[in-house]
Order: sequence, then structure tokens, then C-alpha cells
Amino acid sequence: MNALTKAISQFWQSSIGKKLVVAITGAILVGFLIAHVGGNMLIFAGREAMNDYAYFLHHFLHGAGIWIFRAILLGAFVLHIAATIALTKQNRAAKAESYEHEATNIASKSSRIMIWSGLTVLAFVVFHIFHFTVRVDPELAGMKEPSGRHDVWGMVIVGFQKPLVVLFYFVGISLLCSHLSHGIASIFQTLGWRSRSSSDAINKLGLAISIVLWLGFLSIPLAASVAGFGTDQLEATVTDVAETAPEKH
Amino acid sequence: MNLTLKVWRQRHANDTGTIETYEAKSIPEEASFLEMLDIVNEQIVESGDEPIHFDHDCREGICGSCSLTINGVPHSREKGITTCQVHMRKFSDGDTIWIEPFRGKAFPVVRDLVVDRSAFDRIVAAGGYISVRTGSAEDANSLPVSKDHADASFDAAACIGCGACVAACKNASAMLFVGAKAAHLNLLPQGQPEKDKRVLAMVRKMDEEGFGNCTNQYECEAVCPKEISADVIAKLNRDYAVAATKEAFT
Ligand code: HEM
Ligand code: SF4
Ligand code: FES
Repeated sequence: MNALTKAISQFWQSSIGKKLVVAITGAILVGFLIAHVGGNMLIFAGREAMNDYAYFLHHFLHGAGIWIFRAILLGAFVLHIAATIALTKQNRAAKAESYEHEATNIASKSSRIMIWSGLTVLAFVVFHIFHFTVRVDPELAGMKEPSGRHDVWGMVIVGFQKPLVVLFYFVGISLLCSHLSHGIASIFQTLGWRSRSSSDAINKLGLAISIVLWLGFLSIPLAASVAGFGTDQLEATVTDVAETAPEKH
Repeated sequence: MNLTLKVWRQRHANDTGTIETYEAKSIPEEASFLEMLDIVNEQIVESGDEPIHFDHDCREGICGSCSLTINGVPHSREKGITTCQVHMRKFSDGDTIWIEPFRGKAFPVVRDLVVDRSAFDRIVAAGGYISVRTGSAEDANSLPVSKDHADASFDAAACIGCGACVAACKNASAMLFVGAKAAHLNLLPQGQPEKDKRVLAMVRKMDEEGFGNCTNQYECEAVCPKEISADVIAKLNRDYAVAATKEAFT
């Protein structure tokens, strides 16, 4: 083994090394979520704006751009999960015997359920990808604009007409934001950028981003289901359920 | 005052151990917590049983020998003090008090409330020192140290190695202790030549001893009798990232 591969393996084996991986991949994922919620707000700007944006995402760099982004996100996600599962196992082993009379001084509830909020987010992300990216539901997959382009806007509105789907989004997004209410501030500590004097501001920033993401993401399913946003404009969508190989771009 | 004690009793390292109940009667309010245990122990000895074993030495908050997790909190709920500095006036007549050993796989129970904290010594032996002979004290101004660094180093050096940070942590992480011991030297000019080597060696020893990983919940900071700040953990993370990167490319 040469020096570099030995160093990488030692880094991964060390507690702080894995923590740094969790923080950096967590930061990448949070960056993606901020961009994602921003883009999603175009739903409220109407069908044209949203579908133009989706078209752009699928065609920049001649269609390679989105695959580059997907590869980075998938890599970050897999590393984040591998590192956190390994860390959680080690932590349980290190405190195998605990107290008969337990007490917690300052740790937040969110910080104590990170692995469970994380695993729920994993289940949610898998569902979300099958729902709106792979589009396993032929009704959603076949939705077209009159121009023939895939109607992302209409798909989202129709997709959120099922109460159970909306409920799962509510639980998934809420636990994601619980995860981040501890996670975002944690990034700063793990990377060594937090101190007693800045901790207050960092905690507030983490909480603020979590709340904005929660409101932003949930506004869409709630608007489409509870408030009926966009449901009156769906007839402009040409739905072709019979199409066998839906054109996704 | 009269109290009910729920105390962890364990005859030896391989014994399973259990919580036993004791009635502590007529305890004077001015007694310290350890004096209260002394009184209870006298009664236990008189009745022919084995007294409750616990660690102590200076009984004035400077040696780091005393431990005890009191009602789930290492060194009790009182801020910034050790168990030996806790006084019975902080409790009320009729209270039930849970007394357990400091918990963590790397701190095995030796007997009752006594745990083996020698893992800390081995971490210090791995890098918590400066190898050069320093000779007699230098002229004060020949080696300038900025006020910020001198203060931060002094604060880190206040750690008495008691292990409460490990005992309070949900993951039995030793990051506050290791961070303090590393920062104390890494902040001073004398500590610079061995800084990277020190950080890598101490963190590796810490992992090897079976301590957990920090999850940034700051339970350690909340119980530390010397109020060591979790800033030393952020610094340890930073110094480790730099040292590991340098090691990979040299
Ligand atoms: C969009 C998805 C996700 C985002 C944005 C995210 C973000 C974060 C962030 C920022 C942290 C703090 C990093 C640090 O401690 O410095 C973190 C920690 C953590 N994440 Fe995630 N995460 C996501 C998904 C997951 C998943 C799927 C799991 C499931 C295994 C998971 C499990 C954890 C755990 C257990 C921690 C705590 C690690 C520790 O404190 O040692 N996360 N996450
Ligand atoms: S950091 Fe505080 S709690 Fe931990 S060993 Fe040092 S003095 Fe004790
Ligand atoms: S006995 Fe020395 S610090 Fe408590």
C-alpha cells in the first residue's frame, strides 16, 4: 500500500476522519436542498416557468450536467450514510453499559434521534425519486404539455392529490428538518469553525435554514392538496397513459 | 436529614453488579457528599458488610480522583465543581439519590463506584508532552506568547483528567479531555514542532482505547468541573484535518 492509500484508510478508520466525511457530505447535501427548494418555488410562478426550469436542468451541458450533479449527490449520500452508520455502531459499543438513572443536560431531542431521522429521510428520498424522477406511476410519467414537453408542473399538482402521499412528504420533510436543526450547526463544529463566541449565531443560522426549508418544501404539497392550488388548470395537460416509453426530457 | 441512596454495587470487574438501596439517616447538612458516604460506610462496616468503594484524594477539587454519577449527572447537577465539592445542603430531607460509577467501555468498573481511568494516561503518554529538555525558566520576554493564546492554553491546562466528560457523553467520547490536553500544548510556541505528530498519535490512541465519537451535543462541556470549553474539540478537529492531510502528502 502506498503512503496515500494508507493515509486515506487511516483517515476513514479514525473517529475524526469519519466525522469530517459526515460534515462535508452533509454540507453538500444541505447546499443541494437550498438550491432545490429555491427551484421548487417556481411551481408558484406557474406551469411555463417550472417546465422551462426543468427543461434547462435536463439539457445544460448537452444533458450531461444533470448526470454530473446526480453523481456528486449520490456519492455524498452514500458516504454520509456509510460513515454515520459506522459511527453510530461504534458509539453504541463505547457506551454499552449506561446508567440505571439516566439524565440529559443540554442535548436536544433532534440531536438524539439523528440516526432515526436520517434513516427516515433515506426511505423518503427513495420514495421521492420513484415518485417524481423515475415516475413509476404511468399517469404521472405520461403527462405532457401541449408542446409535447414533459409537464413537470402538472405532474407535481396531480402527484399531491393523494392524501397518503402528502402525509408521507409531511413526515419525511419534518424529520429532515429535525435532522438539520442539529446537523447544520454541527458542520461548523466538526470542521473546527465554531467557538463559544460564535456558537449562538451558528445555532440560529442552523435553525433558520431548517425552518425555511421546512416551510418551502411543505408549501407545495399543502398548497396542491389542502388549498387546491393549480387544480383548476390541469386540463391543459395532455395525458397519454398508453405511451409505453415515456419521453422524460 | 434522612435520605435514600440507590448505589451501584459490584464486587469485582467481572461481577454483573446491581443497584442496592441504603437508608442514610441523620446526615448533617454541612457534610460534603463524600463525608455523607463516609458516614453511611461506617454504618455498613458496623453491621459487618463491605463498605461502598469510591475514589477520592484531595477532596478540594484539584486532583481529579473523585468520580460518581449523581442522579444521572457526573459530579452532580452543580456547575463547575467536582463530586468532592458537592455539599449535602444542596439536597432536601427525604430525597432519593442515585449514585453510579462513571460509565464508558474504556472506563471498566474495578469495584462498586471505582472505575479504571488509566486509558487517559495512555492517551497522554501517546503525545501529550514536549520531548525537548527545557532547562530552567527562560527570561519572560524571550519567547513571546500572545495574550489570546496564553489564556486559551491556560484554560485548556485546567483539565484535571477526571473523566466526567466521558461519563456524561452518550457515546463515551473523550474528545473534551483529548482536545484540552492537545490544545494546551498546541497553542504554545514550545508545542509547535511536535504538533501534527501529537494530534495524530493522541487521536489514534483515543480511538484504540474504545472511546466513542463526538456528536456535538456538548453534554461534556455541561458537566466539566473545570468548565473546559468545547472550543478545544473544534480545534482538535481542525488540527487533525491539517495533520492528516499533511501526512497523506509527505
Ligand atoms: C438529504 C439528506 C441528508 C442531509 C442534508 C444530512 C445532513 C446532515 C448534516 C449536516 C449532519 C451533521 C454533520 C456533522 O456532524 O458535522 C448530519 C449528521 C448525521 N446524519 Fe445526516 N443528512 C442526510 C441524510 C442522512 C441519512 C440518510 C442518514 C442515515 C443513515 C443520516 C444520518 C446521520 C447521522 C447519524 C448523523 C450524526 C452523525 C454524528 O453526529 O456523528 N443522514 N447529517
Ligand atoms: S475535560 Fe473536564 S470533564 Fe473532561 S477530564 Fe478534563 S476536567 Fe474532567
Ligand atoms: S477528590 Fe480530588 S478532585 Fe475530588
